[in-house]
Amino acid sequence: MAKKESRLGVILAHAPNVSAIDEGLKSELSKKGVVVTTLNHLYNWGRSSSIWPMQFGLACCAIEMIATACARYDMARFGAELFRASPRQSDLMIVAGTVTKKMAPQVVRLYNQMPEPKYCITMGACAIAGGPFIDGYNVLRGIDRYIPVDVHLPGCPPRPEALLHGLMQLQKKIESQEIEKTAWYQKGLKREYPVPEFGPRGLIPKFNPEVWQPRAKDNRKERYGEPILIGKKIKAPDLDAETLRRASGGPAK
Amino acid sequence: MKNKTDTPLTEDFDTQTLQINVGPQHPATHGVFRMDLTLDGETVVRLKPVMGYLHRNHEQIAENMTYAASMPYTDRLDYFNSMSNNFGYALAVEKLAGIEVPERADYIRVILAELTRIVNHISVIGFLLNDLGAFFTPLTYAFREREKILDLFEEIAGSRMMCNYFRFGGVKRDLPPGLLERIRTMMDVFPRFLDEFEALLTDNDILCLRCQNVGVLGRELALNAGLSGPMLRASGLGYDIRKVDRYSIYGRFDFKVPVGSKGDVYDRYYVRVLEMRESLKILDQALRQIPSSGDIISRKAAPFLKAPRNFKPPVGEAYGRVESPKGELGFYVVSDGSPQPWRYHVRAPSLINLTVLEDLCIGHKLADAMVILGSIDIVLGEVDH
Repeated sequence: MAKKESRLGVILAHAPNVSAIDEGLKSELSKKGVVVTTLNHLYNWGRSSSIWPMQFGLACCAIEMIATACARYDMARFGAELFRASPRQSDLMIVAGTVTKKMAPQVVRLYNQMPEPKYCITMGACAIAGGPFIDGYNVLRGIDRYIPVDVHLPGCPPRPEALLHGLMQLQKKIESQEIEKTAWYQKGLKREYPVPEFGPRGLIPKFNPEVWQPRAKDNRKERYGEPILIGKKIKAPDLDAETLRRASGGPAK
Repeated sequence: MKNKTDTPLTEDFDTQTLQINVGPQHPATHGVFRMDLTLDGETVVRLKPVMGYLHRNHEQIAENMTYAASMPYTDRLDYFNSMSNNFGYALAVEKLAGIEVPERADYIRVILAELTRIVNHISVIGFLLNDLGAFFTPLTYAFREREKILDLFEEIAGSRMMCNYFRFGGVKRDLPPGLLERIRTMMDVFPRFLDEFEALLTDNDILCLRCQNVGVLGRELALNAGLSGPMLRASGLGYDIRKVDRYSIYGRFDFKVPVGSKGDVYDRYYVRVLEMRESLKILDQALRQIPSSGDIISRKAAPFLKAPRNFKPPVGEAYGRVESPKGELGFYVVSDGSPQPWRYHVRAPSLINLTVLEDLCIGHKLADAMVILGSIDIVLGEVDH
């Protein structure tokens, strides 16, 4: 299959069929029911068209994930309808929703329990970087601090179409991998990621330096400026005095 | 080896209770809820809910931003029905600041809140059937109908789930042209779907066997635990805030409050079906009564749409509550006269309804515990807020 230009100008990275057999012989063989292809192509075709995601919802995005699996969007068209409840049986983890600091160790542990080859999609702004809850004390600012992520899906929540698009991107990634170079057939594969601990002051360690490094410059600060800090509100409003004032019709403060 | 059946079952036969952990990643826990179960054989003897896996500091974040900026966060509390959450928060702040809502906006709010109730109940029944073992088939039908309503929400608010559509003193923008007719079309089709759904489920032998007399919630316990919503009504108490408070314009509509008799899982299921039918009745009346034109936001509150930091309610406190599909959803806001609320608290119905889980599950089988959890209808975003 030749490379072709899609409407958006993205070059599809499908693995081309590079068999050395000439085309005439190939068509002759196909008439007799013999298909000639590369092992690589067959291997990737099989893997990419039967991805088993893990049934693992965290928050709001999980509902959109379920909607994607249901009638209208029908993820089964892409071979990914078989949501498995166990990480041992799944290929793909869709981190759908806010990862809190209490939940993060469990997410990493689940990812470790998945067999190779395994993939990860972060769905929604929260899983990517904390999303609207980034200022919260209990929200992890992106699961990519602990595990490698293949596809990021922005949105709050992303539409089901976006999830399908993310899945197709992942399929493209799978199809571009080569069987001789894949990490999970090499010797000495180390794909167990250290599980963070939920300590009294957040997670220990703060991130896994093998997969994530803090940025040199703070893009958020550059774009939005210094966060508006509100003075500590210590004094409670005196509600009783206010009620009395209203009852007596006194002047407002 | 001795045959197992030959084992003498005397009184001093040594048995052990089994401790198992369900969740936080479990297909039947509706999110990241965790249960520490102690089982005797297959019977639940102790159940300890563990929460906090989705604690997103909603209240702390809301206290550090302007009143209007919390509105999108309320969407994410109970992510099935964002419109009801908006409604509750808008009511609380309107009470605090003394803002009147124009009539057309009130009708729009009621229409959207009732549509949300339908979305919620239909999904909940789908998930309940999921827990019962009818894996994904009823849910697929339920989500097909849900998508039709979400299409309407998308037209109105621009987003499927997180609508962020209500504003203090009204709503964000007027309804798009022709929308009311489309709601009418949806309403004509929906009862037929509901009939079909009920024909498959309500008299179904398996559903009856699994749900009747399971997880019976007595009237006393329901009252003492402070439950609300369909949970309370299934136990035979017709307490509905739409009737009690008559907030917004609910006093103008004629509808009934469905009440169960036993308080078991089946009653909770059936109360929800009936509530959907009542919601359709309210929608029908609202669509006939809604004024064809008029303000959608009050004159007093309109300037704050563009300048939310100028919105400073007077010192005081207010509690606004609505009958959300899960129960009484209340927002308690205290103002100290600054642009941020001094205290902001959510009374989350899911959290309070969940407190009776242990009482309901004890003595039942493990498989029934899942069904009982499904019938309580929790959303973890709201439980942990």
